Amino acid sequence: MTKRYGGVTAVDSLTLAIEPGTFTALLGGSGSGKTTALKTINGLVTPDAGEVRVDGRAIADEAGWALRRRIGYVFQEIGLFPHMTVAENIAIGPKLAGWDKAATSARVAELLELVALPDGVGARLPAALSGGQRQRVGVARALAAKPAIMLMDEPFGALDPVTRDALGRDYRALHEQLGLTTVMVTHDVWEALLLADRILVLADGRVLADAPPATLLAGHADPRVQALMETPRRQAERVRAMTEGRA
Amino acid sequence: MSDPRLAAAWALLPGYLGQHVLLSACALLLGIAISLPLAVAASRSAAVRWPSLLFASFVQTIPSLALLALFYPLLLALSSLSVATFGKGFAALGFLPSLLALTLYSMLPILRNGVAGLTGVDPAIVEAARGVGMTDRQRLFQVELPLAAPVIMAGVRTAAVWTIGAATLATSVGQTSLGNYIFSGLQTENWVFVLFGCAASAGLALAADQLLGLIEQGLAMRSRWRLVAGMAGLVVGALAALAPLGLTASAPARYVIGAKNFSEQYILAELISDRLKSAGAATELKEDLGSTIAYSALKAGEIDTYVDYSGTLWANILKRNDNPGRQAVLDQLTTQLKARDGVIVLGSLGFENAYALAMRRSEAERLGIRTLDDLAAHAPQLTLGADLEFLSRPEWASVRDAYGLKFARQTQFQPTFMYRALTGGQADVISAFSSDGRISADDLVVLEDPRHALPPYDAVVLISPKRANDARLLSALKPLIGKIDVAAMRAANFTVDRDHDKATPAQAAKALAAKLGL
Repeated sequence: MTKRYGGVTAVDSLTLAIEPGTFTALLGGSGSGKTTALKTINGLVTPDAGEVRVDGRAIADEAGWALRRRIGYVFQEIGLFPHMTVAENIAIGPKLAGWDKAATSARVAELLELVALPDGVGARLPAALSGGQRQRVGVARALAAKPAIMLMDEPFGALDPVTRDALGRDYRALHEQLGLTTVMVTHDVWEALLLADRILVLADGRVLADAPPATLLAGHADPRVQALMETPRRQAERVRAMTEGRA
Repeated sequence: MSDPRLAAAWALLPGYLGQHVLLSACALLLGIAISLPLAVAASRSAAVRWPSLLFASFVQTIPSLALLALFYPLLLALSSLSVATFGKGFAALGFLPSLLALTLYSMLPILRNGVAGLTGVDPAIVEAARGVGMTDRQRLFQVELPLAAPVIMAGVRTAAVWTIGAATLATSVGQTSLGNYIFSGLQTENWVFVLFGCAASAGLALAADQLLGLIEQGLAMRSRWRLVAGMAGLVVGALAALAPLGLTASAPARYVIGAKNFSEQYILAELISDRLKSAGAATELKEDLGSTIAYSALKAGEIDTYVDYSGTLWANILKRNDNPGRQAVLDQLTTQLKARDGVIVLGSLGFENAYALAMRRSEAERLGIRTLDDLAAHAPQLTLGADLEFLSRPEWASVRDAYGLKFARQTQFQPTFMYRALTGGQADVISAFSSDGRISADDLVVLEDPRHALPPYDAVVLISPKRANDARLLSALKPLIGKIDVAAMRAANFTVDRDHDKATPAQAAKALAAKLGL
């Protein structure tokens, strides 16, 4: 699959198969093509060459909106609808899918609990929430219509480190609990290492490495991947030295 | 309420306000209905955006009075085309041209704010809407329009204020509006009417603006009570203003009487109206019509009768510039207008209101000017003050060419201000009307026309082809023929035009009728 913007090739002949139930991270710097690759999966970006299949079906065969109703999508800017309450935001997916009122409101209550938001948040407008709460609503909205697949584009990028870690761990737990297939775009090596089962390192629209986190940390032939993994390894060593020294 | 003019103004308010509200509301609703879908299309595609914004901006550069005036001939042509094809025409005067012109006029702010509001929606929110699986239509109605609504409403507010203001100009194409106060007040120097009309139209614009503002706030702050209060206010206000129209709508067949834009015309229209009312008929006045608009409206049956002047018809309609004499002009008009347009010349009222050139008596005597020949020698040192029509009329061309008149300067005025300019010295010679009360009141002299370059101007009653055999109309108007001499008309005109103790045209008409024993 290939996608060009003007003269720039954002994704260059990428071939990729993602197994159901896995958590895959697309890791790379800006301009690596990771976001473009992610958006081809739910049809927000249409590739110039090649095709995308979901559940064995080419996505070009159905309307984009119909496909996107079956796939949860969370991104850094979150994009909560500011004129709707939190509950209305979460209820969008079920409403579009034609659920009845009772089922929808039961689902909203269930999701608020699932993403650990306090009672009473549902009636508020997004502007009244903190950044972390807003991103929890974003995750809840993406999960509302019970999708099997979740696409996440730098979902926790704009949050402070503590919130980010808490939300990351909470989401990973949800991924297990609901049996989701998750593809997450990130530029943060730690996030990729700690959350994903499989990491694809991208640069200039090409795949440099494709392996589980532990394998990548153990060493890689490509010097760019090697350099990328060097940082968390060294940081981990220093933190361990500090904690042992104090003990 | 001691001033009778104020009482008269209040009495006219229900009808004028109702018409004004009806016109502005229809134009605004139609403007929204056209501009909003266009704004949606324009926000999606640059190929629609530039042409439509350019068109709306272009319309805005046309003076609103000209826009209104242009729709009349356009609709008249369309109507006669429709008569030729379908055997049925429509009214080209009054509501329709006003509606179309004001609708066009209301488009720019709605379109511009619509495009700005829709393209200004945060791209992250648009992406989220696509990401959750909304179709283009769902995204538009559930996300983009609600978010753009406050900006769009701000545009609607601007459009409403513009439309209500510009609707006062609809009077000039025969649509009753609050502008009737202003136009007729200006002509008869009834400043109470002018101020009343301005205040009423400004008050209406302000009220509409505040109520729309409440809706805008309601949308922006998601405050339901503001939204409901604003909408309820608009609906209740519009219904209250329109109620008087509904009461008169069921009245029996009415006669529409036209009038041009000066005191004598208002008085004669009131006189005709009184005659018809005492014969048990309902009447409606369409005032402030331009000369050619009045005739074509009569020909098309949009007005039933009005008073015109033989010389005007001779030059403008029959396109003649010779002068075979007063009676011959009248006779030929009677046969030719009937043959040409089916218009009936019922007869002359008995006086002339001729175009004439007039000067201050003192100035004329000092320069030794008695005739237009004398004037021609002094003209290069003098300033001509003319009414708004005179310089573009064939009569001016014929008098100019006959005497070789060449003035140092030519300036155009509203008739009222033209007399002021003459007495104040800003003009030395003016295009006066011979039946004008101000000629004797201001001590002016009318210059003689030895070469008979100016045709005769007998005031004649015209009847539309549609009413040619209407016995009630004809028998009500025939007693007026030959009855009014120039002294009586001049005196009646002066009671309306003078500065103090002014009469309304309706009062002057009653006084004139009493004097004539009608």
